[in-house]
Amino acid sequence: MINQIGNYSLFIALFASIFLIFQSSNVIRNKSKNLDGKIFSVLSVQSLMVLISFFSLIYAFIVSDFSNETVYNNSHTTKPLFYKISGSWGNHEGSLLLWLLVLTIFLFIFFISSKKLLNKYRILTVLFQELIIIGFLLFILFTSNPFLHLFPIPKEGTGLNPILQDPALAIHPPILYLGYVGTSIIFSSALAALVCGMVNKIWAKHIKKWIVISWIFLTIGILLGSIWAYYELGWGGFWFWDPVENVSLMPWFCLTALFHTIIVLEKRNIYQSWTIILSIATFSLSMGGTFLVRSGILNSIHTFANDPSRGIFILCFLLVLVLLAIFIFFIFQKKLLKKLTKTFLVSKETAIMVNNWFMMFFLSVVLIGTIYPIFLEVINGSKISIGPPFYQKLIVPFLIPFLLFMAVGPKLKWIKDSLSKINFNQLMLFILSIAISFLLVKLYGISYLLILPLFALGFFLFFLTIKDFFSKKSTLSQKISHFGFSLFILSILFNATFAKEFSSNMKVGDERKFLNKIIKFENIKIIEKNNYKSLVANFKISDEKNIISLNPEVRIYNQPRTLTSEAAINSNIYSDNFLVFNVIKDDGYYNVRYQFKPLMMWIWFSIILISVGGILSYLKKNE
Amino acid sequence: MNKNIKFIIIILFSLFVFFIFYKGLEKPNNYFPEKNLNKIETSLVFKNLNDQKEIILEELINNNSFSIINIWASWCLPCRDEHAYLLKLRNLNKIDIIGINYKDKKSNAIEFLSDLGNPYHEVLVDLDGTKSIELGAIGVPETYLINNKIVVKKYVGPLDDIKLKEIIEIIKYEKN
Repeated sequence: MINQIGNYSLFIALFASIFLIFQSSNVIRNKSKNLDGKIFSVLSVQSLMVLISFFSLIYAFIVSDFSNETVYNNSHTTKPLFYKISGSWGNHEGSLLLWLLVLTIFLFIFFISSKKLLNKYRILTVLFQELIIIGFLLFILFTSNPFLHLFPIPKEGTGLNPILQDPALAIHPPILYLGYVGTSIIFSSALAALVCGMVNKIWAKHIKKWIVISWIFLTIGILLGSIWAYYELGWGGFWFWDPVENVSLMPWFCLTALFHTIIVLEKRNIYQSWTIILSIATFSLSMGGTFLVRSGILNSIHTFANDPSRGIFILCFLLVLVLLAIFIFFIFQKKLLKKLTKTFLVSKETAIMVNNWFMMFFLSVVLIGTIYPIFLEVINGSKISIGPPFYQKLIVPFLIPFLLFMAVGPKLKWIKDSLSKINFNQLMLFILSIAISFLLVKLYGISYLLILPLFALGFFLFFLTIKDFFSKKSTLSQKISHFGFSLFILSILFNATFAKEFSSNMKVGDERKFLNKIIKFENIKIIEKNNYKSLVANFKISDEKNIISLNPEVRIYNQPRTLTSEAAINSNIYSDNFLVFNVIKDDGYYNVRYQFKPLMMWIWFSIILISVGGILSYLKKNE
Repeated sequence: MNKNIKFIIIILFSLFVFFIFYKGLEKPNNYFPEKNLNKIETSLVFKNLNDQKEIILEELINNNSFSIINIWASWCLPCRDEHAYLLKLRNLNKIDIIGINYKDKKSNAIEFLSDLGNPYHEVLVDLDGTKSIELGAIGVPETYLINNKIVVKKYVGPLDDIKLKEIIEIIKYEKN
């Protein structure tokens, strides 16, 4: 019963989509008609239908209705309620339904919040957005329907992959999707604005809200994913340059560039084409990411069940959208204001352009690293695997000029400024930063050449952004975000430079010495839980001053039968102690990995600060 | 004119990217992101089962093609089931199979191989089981498909029809 409700409401949403596309193209042809009310009501029906469909899937998960194939494949009666609910979007079909839900609701919000703007622009945005929605609806209904019926009804489901049973991961996909889908609104509205010839200050002011909101969600979504990887995957790192992580990072670079460019458009009415190109690129990258993850063309921990027909569908759909965007761009490009505004070399505009170049460079590195293996394999059949060293070697050295520009850029004025006003304070701070990093390098005997300038500029940016809090020039949101970023760079540098790792096979009672610490394996006990059995070990790590007790776990899930390692992490404001162990069969030995990771908390905290800056910027514009 | 050229180039480029991805979908997806965990410790020294000669594992692993390491013991019942599949693999004659005899008596091991047939190119001895641990094993039987010192695929538990098929697929695909 619940399956049918879900299924049919999707079909109604599909009809609503067709109707809207038909109506909105009508409106554009004869401008006189005002169909605002009609479009509004159909849009509400559509959002409501998708909402009903989504809740019927959640309901099916909650009551463990195994007549539903998606529920059967991804749930189990013994699973806690929280994970039953989050399980509904922890799989391919359900996550697409969530995606669709966000698409329709965002469009609805867009429509009711843009009443002051040109009618044609709003209706065109609806048209483009409905093209995306119809694509997703067809995709869901014909290749990944979450409401397929099973008969005879199975007694028990096959369970959710245990490593996905984690609070951070339960909310990671929805948050990330809010970011991804937000970019679709930016895409549709950029195309609509281009067609209407209104790529100007007013549009910039309006769309900036959507850019900021997508950017916030994308940032927090990526953060949650990293936190999950750090706690759950037990490799002790938080970013692995795994293709699927890269896929979320690419639109982020693009969106960050857009975030800065839109300010220039808003203030100075320049960089119009570039803003449109960035808007198109951001969404194409989000969709391209979906393609890479869902088609199974890349294998990684995030890939859901592979089915080539799905991949081909998304790929064709993506091609249609990109071609549409390119056509519209080239046809309507002449409508863009061609008035020549002179820009000066030393000005805020240029500084933001420089920020964009760096973003594009980082984006290219990640893009090439992610898809080059696919290209190479298709063209000459050879396989390569691109790992973290590639990204580190290409990105890290370029952080040096990037940090320098980031220190100087935000201080410049619009239109024209001069560099001669560098004052005594700034110079002193610069010298101080160099001195600190020089001391660090000397004291710890670090041999890596780039560390010195990286630390120096990291500290310089850090000091400058702190100093900025006392000046009245820039907005509070920018101060917080930029300060957060400097903190982020510093914590990553410290973390990467001073992390220590120890690994050994130990049995109960063993002691190992590592640096100035003693690691003692105290005991191990077995705890029975509802849907898993847990081996909890107790380790004591002691140095001269204090003793830390750590309790890592190995969980043996029964449905599906899987082992997961839960790392024990002791965090304080200075460092993290990370310990994880693995079972080696029968002879009492366990493989133990201990890591000392400085300033780990600050990495998370600084990303939160960066997002807080975004949130403030969003709130301020709403007044 | 200039604008048209740009337009055509961008369209052609999009179609090219589309074509590549389309082709990419047809290929099997054994793209494995490189992780340290997958690297195998090849500097281990083993004794040979028959003549007790010392051998470094590295010498036995082919550098630019696949090898298989199989950890087994005569006392392990699943190993007995698995043995037929190893012999099938051996008969294909495409890949070297290195056996590691885990916590076993020499006489039992030799008897086991003479009863059921010897699929291994080399049988190494791991008397106390510690070397298998260093290879990352958690029990017997375990089978690693290795290429360039990297574990491409790790099978915990006995081989069966499906796993055998997969191994053959991976090897075949790589050879082409």
